[in-house]
Amino acid sequence: MKFLSNNYNPSSVLGTKPTQLNDKSIWKRFHIDPILLSALLIVTGMGLAILFSASNGDKDLVLQQVARLGLAYVVMILVAQIPPEKFKLWVPWVFVAGFLLLVAVLIAGDIGKGARRWLDLGIIRFQPSEIMKLAIPIFLAWYLHERQLPPKLKDLCVCGLVIALPVLLTAKQPDLGTAIMLACTGACVLFLAGIGWRIMIALAALGAAALPVLWYAMHDYQRQRVLTFLNPESDPLGAGYHIIQSKIAIGSGGVFGKGFLQGTQSHLNFLPEHATDFIFAVCGEEFGLIGGIVLITAFMLIILRGLYISMQAQDTFTRLVAGGLSMTFFFSVLINIGMVTGILPVVGVPLPLVSYGGTSMVTLMASFGIIMSIHTHRKLLA
Amino acid sequence: MAKRLTLKDKNQEKQLFQRRLLIATILIVLLSFSLICRLVYLQIVQHDIYTTLSQKNQLTLLPIPPNRGLIYDRNGVLVAQNIPVFSLEVIPDKVKNMKKTIQELKQIVPISDDDLKAFYKQLRQHRQFDTVPLKLKLEEDELARFYVNQYRFPGVVIRAQMIRYYPLGENMVDVLGYVGRINEQDLTKIDTTNYSATNFIGKLGIEKSYESTLHGTVGYQQVETDASGHIVRVLKRIPPVSGSTLYLTIDSGLQIAAMKALGENNGAVVVINPQNGEILALASNPAYDPNLFVQGIANDVYKVLQNDPNRPLYNRAIRGLYPPGSTIKPYLAIEGLNSNVITPDFHIGDPGYFMLPNSSHVYRDWKKGGHGTVDVSKAITVSCDTFFYTLGVKMGIIRINYIMHDFGFGQLTGIDVGEELPGLIPNPDWKRRAKNEPWYLGDTVVTSIGQGYNLVTPLQQANGVAQIAMSGRGYKPHLVAKIEDAQGNMVNIQPEPQQVINVDQSVWDLVHTAMVNVLKPGGTSAIIGNAPYTIAGKSGTAQVFSTHGVKSDKSNDLAKHLRDNTLFIAYAPVENPQIAIAVVVENSMDAKITTRKVMDYYFERHPVQ
Repeated sequence: MKFLSNNYNPSSVLGTKPTQLNDKSIWKRFHIDPILLSALLIVTGMGLAILFSASNGDKDLVLQQVARLGLAYVVMILVAQIPPEKFKLWVPWVFVAGFLLLVAVLIAGDIGKGARRWLDLGIIRFQPSEIMKLAIPIFLAWYLHERQLPPKLKDLCVCGLVIALPVLLTAKQPDLGTAIMLACTGACVLFLAGIGWRIMIALAALGAAALPVLWYAMHDYQRQRVLTFLNPESDPLGAGYHIIQSKIAIGSGGVFGKGFLQGTQSHLNFLPEHATDFIFAVCGEEFGLIGGIVLITAFMLIILRGLYISMQAQDTFTRLVAGGLSMTFFFSVLINIGMVTGILPVVGVPLPLVSYGGTSMVTLMASFGIIMSIHTHRKLLA
Repeated sequence: MAKRLTLKDKNQEKQLFQRRLLIATILIVLLSFSLICRLVYLQIVQHDIYTTLSQKNQLTLLPIPPNRGLIYDRNGVLVAQNIPVFSLEVIPDKVKNMKKTIQELKQIVPISDDDLKAFYKQLRQHRQFDTVPLKLKLEEDELARFYVNQYRFPGVVIRAQMIRYYPLGENMVDVLGYVGRINEQDLTKIDTTNYSATNFIGKLGIEKSYESTLHGTVGYQQVETDASGHIVRVLKRIPPVSGSTLYLTIDSGLQIAAMKALGENNGAVVVINPQNGEILALASNPAYDPNLFVQGIANDVYKVLQNDPNRPLYNRAIRGLYPPGSTIKPYLAIEGLNSNVITPDFHIGDPGYFMLPNSSHVYRDWKKGGHGTVDVSKAITVSCDTFFYTLGVKMGIIRINYIMHDFGFGQLTGIDVGEELPGLIPNPDWKRRAKNEPWYLGDTVVTSIGQGYNLVTPLQQANGVAQIAMSGRGYKPHLVAKIEDAQGNMVNIQPEPQQVINVDQSVWDLVHTAMVNVLKPGGTSAIIGNAPYTIAGKSGTAQVFSTHGVKSDKSNDLAKHLRDNTLFIAYAPVENPQIAIAVVVENSMDAKITTRKVMDYYFERHPVQ
């Protein structure tokens, strides 16, 4: 744990100005973390290549994604310029606004694929639930940093409410995947905040007990997905089709893959949703095990860098924000790849930074902007 | 104080956070590793399974139907061919408004309600990009009208399909039979792989019995398809092998002449070349158009055929069962002479009737007052019933049975179509089994003139007389002369000799001469005797309706369907027989004249030197 102690070695701090770190590189000046940025560029670059293949060489679609990515990178850089202290002041308002948008979507949202997830603001059309992916961990961090950690039961109840309300609203859209991700986000922050093991076990037991209730609350298609996950071969042309075709795509890729643009499963349309939720299967089919390991490693680079930044953060708020966001990012990668490879049930979670889609791209990059900001706005003394 | 407390707490918080972060990091690394393990399992351990599944997904074998073999008659006249028919089909995928499209199509091509019903039924079962037939057989003007308007109907296409066509229609149906759509029953008997692209199968006649020869071998196209089944590209093509071409023994001209000769009469004509067993004509009248059956016959049309009192669907030539009447007499004479039951000199005085000893029952001769002194030769020539009553009783039913079986009666001839019937030559065993009654001597008496329980087919009759013509060295009757496979290899069907009937040549000579005399002045059939070629023959009459001993001279007064059937068997020329013929006409006296017409047709084209 050498790197942990390094930053707090008082000798490195002596003789410098109290507000800024002494080596002011170009990266620091623009508040960009070069390591995180390179990892992001690797993943998004690979993502574009995979998307190009997954869309059957549809240049328009790829250009659209490039535009979104460009916007997302700009948002990331802009967000990175905001110092955490300033940012902290807006947190409650961002959360309240996000929550209201979520309510608005239930009342006036657009319907896409049978669910009411979209909000049309005239110029842009986006999913407020994506904003909550950012708003929940940050709000929890903001709420907890003022209080003594580990959190007391009263604080936990407040946190529970902060998590549960958006989760239920999102599940009602219905968007099970995002709802799970939101719950996951909250749980990550609470875990890092030091919630007691006993409470965790109690909550897990409560969750297990609530499963039957959840079962009855689920939509038929959601129940079907769970059943299909348990036995995909029971319905090979119906609900199990996604999983089976996805496993065929990945498995037939082998170690080296079928080659770029050579994937038969995706190009002949056997693989459904191959540009969105199941895009990892395209990677597995065309680039094989090697491609899969490279992509997962690049993801790990992002995540571990985020965790390292949270380790170096100087106060509870920034620590929880950086750690929570990094862990959330990991879980969305885990759930997506787990689902595509058939070890987790099919819930609609896209592969972050790679799947085709807009809102999630921008909010994700904003979260990396926050992490960069946390790292580059560190002060000499805590 | 307060500040210090906070500071200490912050350190504590930091340590707590770092512990948690460490746990999270370990967890994250382990979970990522498990994802990679999963990938290793899918992409290395199970790679082969998924490669197979992936190929199964994209590669499809599409069967290509073989062309059905053509059928020619012996002179190279095409009697069964494949012609394209055009059907109007719809690709549901490409039609935006089905109702409107069909309404507009109706203005151009008439579409019946039955067509529509079948269309909507199939529409539900087909995939969206498959074509669904809307109207099966387009007339030429309909086709032209549609082509002019095709631009208005995206998603509506014309599809050509090969179907069987029989140019000679009803004239050849009793030989060829027909093909029809494969049904459930057929599916149990065929190799479904070889028939995977075939719609039609032989249902009757040559088409059925030579099905495996005519069908050919299915071809394949290995294609790459996408998930919805569209063909992306063709990878491999194994062409189908067409079915073999058949050359029949039938002379279609003679066949048509036979149908014409039958004219208004219900009946049958079978002509065989006795030198090799080749069947030159096999006609049954009335007949029906086999082309009606190819694409499925409409129910009402079928009902009409089925309920027709003249029974056009009934192939009289191979399935018609008739008492042979007096045509049985030459066979009995041969047996009587050959087994020395009688000698050529044996004669009776015919009073015009016959009575069994110790019985008062009178069996009448067809001629009142009798024929005077009759020996076996005269008995054939004048068809003397009393002589054969006497001979039959003398030789007994068992001998009658043997000789009739030697000539192929009471059993299948083995012709190469499947539907023939064996007929019946009665004997005491049969009567006990079938009727649970003992055999009476009176049964032998009526059997001796071809009445009673005797039943023979026209084919058996022609086969029998061919054997007489060949002095017991005949050939099995058959319909196919040559088979030519798709590579052009020709196989000639060798004539198959029948069991030789061992009879002394003097007996054959006597019977031949007697049968020649049948057509000479004084014989029963002198009316047709005046021909530029020599004929040997024997007539026969079979009662349909018992006239209670009153002889059938007056039977013209009876309703037509109660009148006697007449039969004629003959061969010509006598010196070197080229044709053997059997004719049956129902409820009509025209057997002789019909025979002569057919023979004349033949010898006009094959003059005797």
